[in-house]
Amino acid sequence: MVRRIENDHRRFREIVRGRIRKELRKYMSRGELIGRKGKNLVSIPLPQIDIPRFRYGSKDSGGVGQGDGEPGQPLSQGEEDGGEPGELPGEHSLEVEVTLEELAKILGEELELPNIKPKGTVKNIKSDVHKYSGIRRVGPESLRHFKRTFKEALKRELMTGTYEPGKPMILPVSEDKRYRSWRVKEAPESNAVIIYMMDVSGSMGDEQKEIVRMEAFWIDTWLRSQYKNIENRYIVHDAAAKEVDAHTFYNLRESGGTKISSAYQLCAKLIQDHYNPEDWNIYPFHFSDGDNWGTDDTKICFELLSKTLFDVVNLFCYGQVKSAYGSGKFKKELDSEFGENEKLVTSDIPDRNAILDSIKEFLGKGK
Amino acid sequence: MTLTAQLRAIKEEITGYARGFGLDFFDTYFELLDYDEINEVAAYGGYPSRYPHWRFGMQYEQLGKGYAWGLSKIYEMVINNDPCWAYLQKSNSLVDQKIVIAHVFAHSDFFKNNFYFSKTDRKMMNEMANHATRIRKYTDRYGVDEVEAFIDACLSIEELIDPHLPFAPRKKPRPRDSTEIEVAENKIWRIKSKEYMERFLNPPEFIEKQKKQIKEKEKKEAGFPLEPQRDVLMFLIENAPLNRWKRDVLSMIREESYYFLPQRQTKIMNEGWASFWHSRILTEKCLKDSEVVDFADHHSKTLQTSPGQLNPYKLGIELFRDIKERWDKGRFGREYDECDDSHIRDAWDRKLMQGTAKIFEVRKLYNDLGFIDEFLTEDFAEEQKLFAYKFNKQSGRYEITSRDFETVKRQLLFGLTNFGNPIIDVYDGNYENRGELLLRHRHDGVDMRLDLASETLRNLEMIWTKPVHIATAVEGERKLLSHDGKEFKTSSFEAI
Repeated sequence: MVRRIENDHRRFREIVRGRIRKELRKYMSRGELIGRKGKNLVSIPLPQIDIPRFRYGSKDSGGVGQGDGEPGQPLSQGEEDGGEPGELPGEHSLEVEVTLEELAKILGEELELPNIKPKGTVKNIKSDVHKYSGIRRVGPESLRHFKRTFKEALKRELMTGTYEPGKPMILPVSEDKRYRSWRVKEAPESNAVIIYMMDVSGSMGDEQKEIVRMEAFWIDTWLRSQYKNIENRYIVHDAAAKEVDAHTFYNLRESGGTKISSAYQLCAKLIQDHYNPEDWNIYPFHFSDGDNWGTDDTKICFELLSKTLFDVVNLFCYGQVKSAYGSGKFKKELDSEFGENEKLVTSDIPDRNAILDSIKEFLGKGK
Repeated sequence: MTLTAQLRAIKEEITGYARGFGLDFFDTYFELLDYDEINEVAAYGGYPSRYPHWRFGMQYEQLGKGYAWGLSKIYEMVINNDPCWAYLQKSNSLVDQKIVIAHVFAHSDFFKNNFYFSKTDRKMMNEMANHATRIRKYTDRYGVDEVEAFIDACLSIEELIDPHLPFAPRKKPRPRDSTEIEVAENKIWRIKSKEYMERFLNPPEFIEKQKKQIKEKEKKEAGFPLEPQRDVLMFLIENAPLNRWKRDVLSMIREESYYFLPQRQTKIMNEGWASFWHSRILTEKCLKDSEVVDFADHHSKTLQTSPGQLNPYKLGIELFRDIKERWDKGRFGREYDECDDSHIRDAWDRKLMQGTAKIFEVRKLYNDLGFIDEFLTEDFAEEQKLFAYKFNKQSGRYEITSRDFETVKRQLLFGLTNFGNPIIDVYDGNYENRGELLLRHRHDGVDMRLDLASETLRNLEMIWTKPVHIATAVEGERKLLSHDGKEFKTSSFEAI
């Protein structure tokens, strides 16, 4: 029987995902995307929908606390950016520590790889079988593992001293029982490759690079959690492009001019050499401040995109961070050139807060 | 499942101790639930059967995640009902179970004896189940989205009820139609006549017609409602153009709101009282030597405080202990208050031993507001290191503003008055003579959040179906906030 709470819970999840009652989503407290704490942990608030009520502006009203401290001293909550203290009355957003995988899962509820198609060779298709591979403490009697159960019962009797060697009678009780358990093998997978391209030229400031890396990192993390056997390739470029490994991609600091076409060329070559579009879902992501060197290069880019890349990729994503010099216009040019093309998604990332929205633009549903 | 034999024996034992201390509680049934079941029950506010609504699912998710990551755990839940129902978490250690059983009895005693609970429905368990059935029926007939959206709109204003109403003598209902208005003779215009001509010069139909007109006029002038009414929900139930199922849903929401009211009004006292007694019952009666450390660990976690947050368990238990000590030692009354020699005050002990009687009296007669107002003394505030804090706009963070007793107490009382929410009543149900609804915010120095006010008004408009307004003040100027279902408007406003 389905418990009542499961119905209510499913309904809540669907509201959070924006499937039903869309008008409620505006009351949802925003999920903080990145608040890294420790090595592998981030702190994210749970999604919460607050029905609007007449309330005081909490910042005016203040409150009473208990503990040490002199007047003028801030409440020691480690709050930054004028955030609310975590546990003020009426303002509770329960912060929880989650692992990267958990976070990726939470992200995942709203995202997907758009247009993914079942492509792949025979080696990737797995059959859907139940395999009895483990042991559990609970299960149906028909799956009871006699040997293990007997062993457990014997162990217990030996330990408690009720075992009599002269009269070896073993009576299993319910705690002793062991059952076989099974695992279901996965359904067939699709092959996919993600090609990350990043502009590391001199016009990209440290903050820009950081934003780009964060976004790429989250897309990467999320995709890994959702799709198995996904391949990742990383390309960095300034005036020239080269392929690097993930570590270098996330840590490299370089400078120089910007020739976006160099990256697209390399990308196209990569696809040609390794990833047959018949067999692969291909998703290139390119991040830059849009400050390309000269209109000639931009033209080459367009040509590469329209002649080569759009034919083979499932989706081409371009994210543009706000340039430190304010001169980035590559996105605008892309939009005016290919505005209607459904193979292209472009997104503005003005600051860190926009990362989540940008990811949603790329991987949001219904594209 | 029901209690195990061992827990049953413990329950019997603790029942004896609790009665011995003078606690007087309902018959209490215990259920043993695993973490998931107790999360479910807690999400439904303690009731096994509630109407379907997404917010219960939200609660459930928060509790479930909190438990899964080891951040929070529900040890027990107890319901104000006769008989009283209590749920214990299966995974509690034996010491935990002892603590929470004692805790539950004290809560039950509080429910049964505190004045503010005296008007609550003690068969609420059944009533909640009835509500669930009715709302399910409406959901089946009119669709989930429609019913749920209406419930959301009602919840938006569910707190707009009159906390004093359960105790107010029933007012004479306002004249519902004009027949009840008496018309003074001298207001009727007549031609002077001799008695035998009266019937012809002033025919009865003409007099009747005049009377009717005057009545209509007076009814209009009388205002609607006659006096500002804090029970906004009741006003809507009686006067909003709702069809039957909507009216029924709204009245259920109102009923539940009134039912939960005393629990919100006595949070500090209720938890303080329960902690006070679990602590005494365990330390004085039923704790084994080997359990002392575990008890202390659990107890201290319950009472821990952090800056910027007032723990009701802590404040409540300390205040009850303080009252007991003061009345045991006779530290009250004019003589004590006027004594300013700190040595004499510290050593003051009249050996009255009235403390226990006093705290029982307090638990009977007060709610949090009165409890703090009456018994929180300067010495106590100092001892407990209470401080007031505020948001500092310059530094952009919350800062301690003062440890001055008056300030702290005023701030504390402000937070408890109407649960720290704006006080709002219905001022006019026929505003501008267009049947629009005018609410009044009794502004007391703190502004409302406009974004929330706008959304709340929008929901209210859904119920009232005509434009709704609220008179308030924004940054020192009188303002009228309005919503007509499409847009939110702010305009300046003359005083009412």
